[in-house]
Amino acid sequence: MLDHELINRTLSTALDTGGDFAEVFAEDKRSSSAVFDDGRVEELTSGRDRGAGIRVVVGETTGFAHTADLSETGLANAARAAAAAARGGGGGTRSVNVSAIDVDRGPGARIPPEEVAKATKVGLLTLANEAARGEGAAISQVSARYGDSRRQILVANSDGLLAEDDQIRTLFSVSCVATGDTGLQTGRESTGRTVGFELFDETDVEEMGRRAANRALTKLGARPAPSGAMPVVVGPGGGGVLFHEACGHGLEADLVAKSASVFAGRVGETVASPMVTLIDDGTMAGEWGHFAIDDEGRPAAHNVLIQDGVLTDYMWDHLRARKEGRPSSGNGRRQSYQHLPMVRMTNTYISNGSDEPADIIASTESGVYVAQLGGGQVNTATGDFVFGMTEAYLIEDGEITEPIREGNLIGNGPEVLTRIDALGNDFAMGSPGMCGKDGQGVPVGDGTPTLRVTSLTVGGTAA
Amino acid sequence: MTDLLDIACRVAGWARDGEQIEAFVVHERDTEVRAYEGEVESLTSAESQGIGVRVVSDGKQGYAYAGTLDPDALEETLREARDNAGFAETDEFNGVALPDDVATPDLDLYREALVSCPTDDKVALAIELERATRATDPRIAGIESAEYIDTIYESAVATSTGIASVTKETGCYLATYALAEENGETQTGFGFSIGREPSDLDPLVAARDAAERATRLLGSTKPATERLTVVLDPWVTAQLLGIVGHTLTGDAVLKGRSLFADRMGEEVATGAITLVDDATNPAAFTASMVDGEGLAIRSTPLISDGVLSGFLHNSYSGRRSGTASTGSAARGGFKSAPGVGAHALAIRPGDRNPSDLIAEIDDGFLVQGVAGLHSGVNPVSGDFSTGAEGLRIRNGELAEPIREVTIASTLQRLLHDVVAIGNDTEWLPMNAAGVTLVVADVTMSGA
Repeated sequence: MLDHELINRTLSTALDTGGDFAEVFAEDKRSSSAVFDDGRVEELTSGRDRGAGIRVVVGETTGFAHTADLSETGLANAARAAAAAARGGGGGTRSVNVSAIDVDRGPGARIPPEEVAKATKVGLLTLANEAARGEGAAISQVSARYGDSRRQILVANSDGLLAEDDQIRTLFSVSCVATGDTGLQTGRESTGRTVGFELFDETDVEEMGRRAANRALTKLGARPAPSGAMPVVVGPGGGGVLFHEACGHGLEADLVAKSASVFAGRVGETVASPMVTLIDDGTMAGEWGHFAIDDEGRPAAHNVLIQDGVLTDYMWDHLRARKEGRPSSGNGRRQSYQHLPMVRMTNTYISNGSDEPADIIASTESGVYVAQLGGGQVNTATGDFVFGMTEAYLIEDGEITEPIREGNLIGNGPEVLTRIDALGNDFAMGSPGMCGKDGQGVPVGDGTPTLRVTSLTVGGTAA
Repeated sequence: MTDLLDIACRVAGWARDGEQIEAFVVHERDTEVRAYEGEVESLTSAESQGIGVRVVSDGKQGYAYAGTLDPDALEETLREARDNAGFAETDEFNGVALPDDVATPDLDLYREALVSCPTDDKVALAIELERATRATDPRIAGIESAEYIDTIYESAVATSTGIASVTKETGCYLATYALAEENGETQTGFGFSIGREPSDLDPLVAARDAAERATRLLGSTKPATERLTVVLDPWVTAQLLGIVGHTLTGDAVLKGRSLFADRMGEEVATGAITLVDDATNPAAFTASMVDGEGLAIRSTPLISDGVLSGFLHNSYSGRRSGTASTGSAARGGFKSAPGVGAHALAIRPGDRNPSDLIAEIDDGFLVQGVAGLHSGVNPVSGDFSTGAEGLRIRNGELAEPIREVTIASTLQRLLHDVVAIGNDTEWLPMNAAGVTLVVADVTMSGA
């Protein structure tokens, strides 16, 4: 994307006023999407965003500037702006000589999205719509969305690092509205992977349409959700959001460093049920949160955060790791070249337990079974977190019975982790998510087997 | 820098016979200063620009964008938007906006004082904010973030149908997020101050709010489940209004995704509620002179004395509904075509202050914060469930703090169950104003 000599000169300019560290992050991202709604292909959108963000660190202070102008002048101006923002006092000349590191990029996308005709992409939407509407006359509205992106990045820094990546992601979702005597209900199904158009070799968009439709139809007959604390069983895949909120964010080193996490100072302690082994793994090829290098040029890694209930490590980016004199864990990510990187999750999952999923349900006298989760939110300083249930049922006498309406569940991370008393052997990855932190969104994956929490508060309206 | 309107008009002028073009061009300069332990943690100085082009041809719509205003990129973007339109399906109501006779309000939204403000002054504000937050109360043990943020925003919309409008706005705010600690327990609270130029900002107000919100939750416990009266503080009400506003958009109504779709002229709320979307009010942080399609911003009544009286429209939803745009085209940047959305929602305030309203409640819950509105509220079905924290109200007085509960109802019921409205309208950094609302008979789920 950029010539090595140009990078060296830009980094030297960035360090002209005495910076300790300088970095160039260049990005060229092309995206396209197509939306079907209200019975027709509504719109196609495509675009390109290209530019570079330059970071200069002096002591504890980071200066940052970005530019869409990748010429020598544009980069030099941004480098000087970043240096000025970092308010470096010193001066002097420091030459930088970057060299490329070998990055295992894996197999990469087999069918790059730009090689697929727009008509082919649009055709998937129509198929999903027809399949969803075929599920019943009560399906009153269907929207479907196709999206792809190709993000080429280059990272170089004053430590001499130079690394590049080419990240291709493809996404498909279907949303339905069902209309009945009780009003309107919605159902959604989505899939997203870090692959090209070959996603659809393994994904049946008609089946996705049917599943979204049936979710909405089922909820037409749903009862108000119960209220109060009770046992909650979360189906395979879905529970990833629970861990993402209950402890994932709390294990991000930037929050830990500011004591804004209930998990600060607890490495080596038992923080969860001994069944729980929590891993964050950016290397999982094809998964939604996968990449070859993070947005600081560090290779993706398999990081064990909790081993058999014991907290083993936090997640790290360059800045936080440098301060602690340890390597980054490959969790430095940013939304785009216009943003500073920070500690973020990649694919976060709980590995398999040994329980049979059917036994977990059968041994639950009464409670709630959550088949599909919505998003969530956490206050890392208190550990209190919520997550939404978008498909859920009552458990009565060890059986899944009636569907219940949507709502949030609320719990406290450190408490919930110790209350996991059953873990299934049916691991699955969940739906693709966009994780928001400080206004930046990045793609993240998660996964779990079926699991049970002995007590969580269900936020319904029924007594 | 080349004039944005010139660029937009040039692109719109490339329309062929039978084709409509809308060009949206934006240029933004942002500064963000984060302070931590008396130093600058990070300082970002950013300049960005881009163009979004919408093409409508034979009733088909296509969109394309580029994060640059290079002359080559303009032509390339238009070419791509044209190509995209070819793959969409025909909708006779598609089209860019047509000029109407509504005059653009003359609002004072652009301040030279912000444009010329030296970076050192912005840094000083952020550092003062962090210092003041720590100094407010000895129990404030840390700061998660303390920041100064500003934007100098300019945009232009031009269409081949004769629209040529510009927007120039400045805005800034301080936001601080405090950590209070006592007996090994941590609680958090935020505070902010908003303005159009730095002299509007008051670090002490933001610091005091953050510290008060954090410290008063210390010692909080999880209560038992019950139904009770809740008092939503202005911050919470504003977030609730944002969701209600979404249900009143022409897009949701036309596509069968609004619980209010067939209810025009009916009582949808208690008679005390009058809801208006009015971004012509310069007090609103989101005040604006033109909407996302370049039409004049205007005031739209949505609920009048409890009766549903209006929906929000952009030019497409207005045309398809047999009415006209209400100047409610909303854009989320240049990377997507304009949708429909509220710009500045506000409930008509009541005449009593919040403490008088609380004094009348025997058993209640003052909700000072909510979590998970995006995951627990479904604006299509109306199901409403959110995490909440705040203070118990006992015998008319604020009592012990509570946390880790949810409050739940439906949007339909909430609007009917409002029993009192405070006189404390407060504009917040979002598309709605806050005001204290007292809502009867809400389920609080706890232990």
